[in-house]
Amino acid sequence: MLDIQNLKVSIEGKTILKNFNLKVNKGEVHAIMGPNGTGKSTLASVIAGREMFDVDEGSITYMGQDLFEMEPEIRAREGIFLGFQYPVEIPGVSMANFLRTAINERRKYHDLEPLSGAEFLKLMQQKQKMVDIHSKLTKRSVNEGFSGGEKKKNEIFQMAMLEPRLSILDETDSGLDIDALKVVANGVNNLRSPENSTIVITHYQRLLEYIIPDYVHVLFDGRIVKSGGKELAIQLEEKGYEWIRKEAGVEEAM
Amino acid sequence: MQHITQNITAEEQMFRLFQENLDTLKGQEPESISRLRQKAAENFHKNGFPHEKTENWRFTSLDPLFQSEYHHDFTNQSRPFDIEKIFTCDVYDLDTFSVTLLNGWFVYKNAPLTRLSNGTIIGGLSKAMEVYPDLVEKYMGQAANLEQPGLAALNTAFFQDGLFIYVPRDVELEKPIQLINIVDSENPLMIHPRHLVVQEKNSKLTLVHCDHSLTHNVSFSNSLSETFLDEHAILDFYKIQNKGPNSAVINNAFFRQKHQSKLTSHSLILNGGFTKNMITATLEDPQTSAVLNGLSLVDSNQHADNQLLVDHVAPNCQSEQLYKGILDDEATAVFSGKIMVRKDAQKTLAYQNNKNILLTDDARANAQPQLEIYADDVKCSHGATVGQLDPEAMFYLRSRGLSERTARQMLMYAFAGEVVQRISIEPLRERIDHMVEKRLKGELTICDQCVLHCNSKEPTVFNIDASKL
Repeated sequence: MLDIQNLKVSIEGKTILKNFNLKVNKGEVHAIMGPNGTGKSTLASVIAGREMFDVDEGSITYMGQDLFEMEPEIRAREGIFLGFQYPVEIPGVSMANFLRTAINERRKYHDLEPLSGAEFLKLMQQKQKMVDIHSKLTKRSVNEGFSGGEKKKNEIFQMAMLEPRLSILDETDSGLDIDALKVVANGVNNLRSPENSTIVITHYQRLLEYIIPDYVHVLFDGRIVKSGGKELAIQLEEKGYEWIRKEAGVEEAM
Repeated sequence: MQHITQNITAEEQMFRLFQENLDTLKGQEPESISRLRQKAAENFHKNGFPHEKTENWRFTSLDPLFQSEYHHDFTNQSRPFDIEKIFTCDVYDLDTFSVTLLNGWFVYKNAPLTRLSNGTIIGGLSKAMEVYPDLVEKYMGQAANLEQPGLAALNTAFFQDGLFIYVPRDVELEKPIQLINIVDSENPLMIHPRHLVVQEKNSKLTLVHCDHSLTHNVSFSNSLSETFLDEHAILDFYKIQNKGPNSAVINNAFFRQKHQSKLTSHSLILNGGFTKNMITATLEDPQTSAVLNGLSLVDSNQHADNQLLVDHVAPNCQSEQLYKGILDDEATAVFSGKIMVRKDAQKTLAYQNNKNILLTDDARANAQPQLEIYADDVKCSHGATVGQLDPEAMFYLRSRGLSERTARQMLMYAFAGEVVQRISIEPLRERIDHMVEKRLKGELTICDQCVLHCNSKEPTVFNIDASKL
């Protein structure tokens, strides 16, 4: 589904990712872990198409297509979803209008009829239940005045509505209490299928107790320095990142 | 119709025109009004038109307007025109009492003045001066400032007709009164409509004022309104401008407010070649409030100028100014908002906010917030922003599959929505909401011009390209 090869990414001349390789197949859940400032969120942004980064080298192939040839909205319509670390507040744009427009622009792209108002409402109610988001939140402006937990839940709600093929959750667990964390994990698990893939970007192992990954990758200094199964996450929880830093020979100064 | 020649200054021309037509201009008006007129003409002759050094005129020049030779219609040549032939007023879901001005003259179907069973008087100012001279004399010229250089004095020298409304004590008018101000002339036309609105104690009125042009011909409308709100009176005032690109509209609205009266004003500029809206609200007694909202959507080389003065004379009053603009192409906008807090106006709460979005590098917005405070126990704030659409919000929307165009439209619509949502009459809000949406999509046509579906029989599409948004 996703094949990242030898990726080098910089911002304003500063290299953030280099020699980065990752392959995600259909149905897999990958966790990307690592200390702050190692390039985890940059990876998520580059896949989603944020324009502030320069791709200096390498390629990303998504469903057989060159991802860099696709505008952010085309990526979304082709099934890529980014759960934002900091969801943006958009006063004056109602959740319902925003989501209905998003779904119908995607349907139009795939030559499907738009959802009627009734169909859309039904879908929304169904998904609200699934991610346990209060219906009054969907009547408000996008993320406006939402608490930190509500914003993250709202990302999962949007993911449920848009039914992506590839979801990238960027630090979705940060700042969540245990109940909200369970809701987020539940949402992800409910949407998990042999057809869909997920990349979970996280700092802590905590979320991975609820979303069991197939693979765990550790990111240091802009590249993956160690990969393993879910047990790697447990090791990290116990021993911290220091041993990997030493093992990988990454300078402390990083 | 008459026209003026160009070899002397515009001020001198106007003054000569005044002297030559004085008898016609006076008509049947009371003597005191004629004196006011004469004084205004002299003030204008002395002070002239506002220029770039005049306060609040730095970014708005009248010079381009004087490239045309204007005609004047002092004898109401428009009157034989059958208004029904120009448009039919198809009132949709908002029931209004609708009146029309054509080229500055009040158009009446049955009577030039209507007196409702509750005592409310609605009609033409010219006729009101004949029938209710005492009432008109008591208020005329009592709110407008005729001393400064400019257009208020010019209007006072030349006005002949306009809208007159009198709402008696304790009367709440359920139906909004809608004034449709139309300019329709083959030749470039200069007009000076004059409106007088008097609300007695505890009365309530909604006034919707639509400026409207039926053709692309050049026109220059210099209108002035004086509104008097007595104790506990409530006025919800709407000014909607959707004019052709060659029209120039200047509005000078003066409000004087007594104890606990409440003014809410909404200025919506959806189209217009040159627009300058001036509002002066004087809060004369304690516990009065004035909320002034504005939205300007301009493109091509349109110019929209909003000049506000909220004058806090008495203590314990509140005021708010929220003005927003979206500017495309080479459009320009000016906001000069002044909060004056006089020394007795303790416990004043006064807020001002001006926000602009520029869609191109050539669009320009000038904000001149001014606070002048002579009392020490007040809360006042002002803020002005000029910027682009939030790139983070753009990316968020696009990352969900919205095209760049849709995302831009959605954000602009949301930006405008903060002002539109303040419209308290629901059918009107929905209608304007719809117009704003169409405007932002570049789909607004002349037949959408007036809020109340006053469709022109042969709709013409505005020749303004907003569709590239």
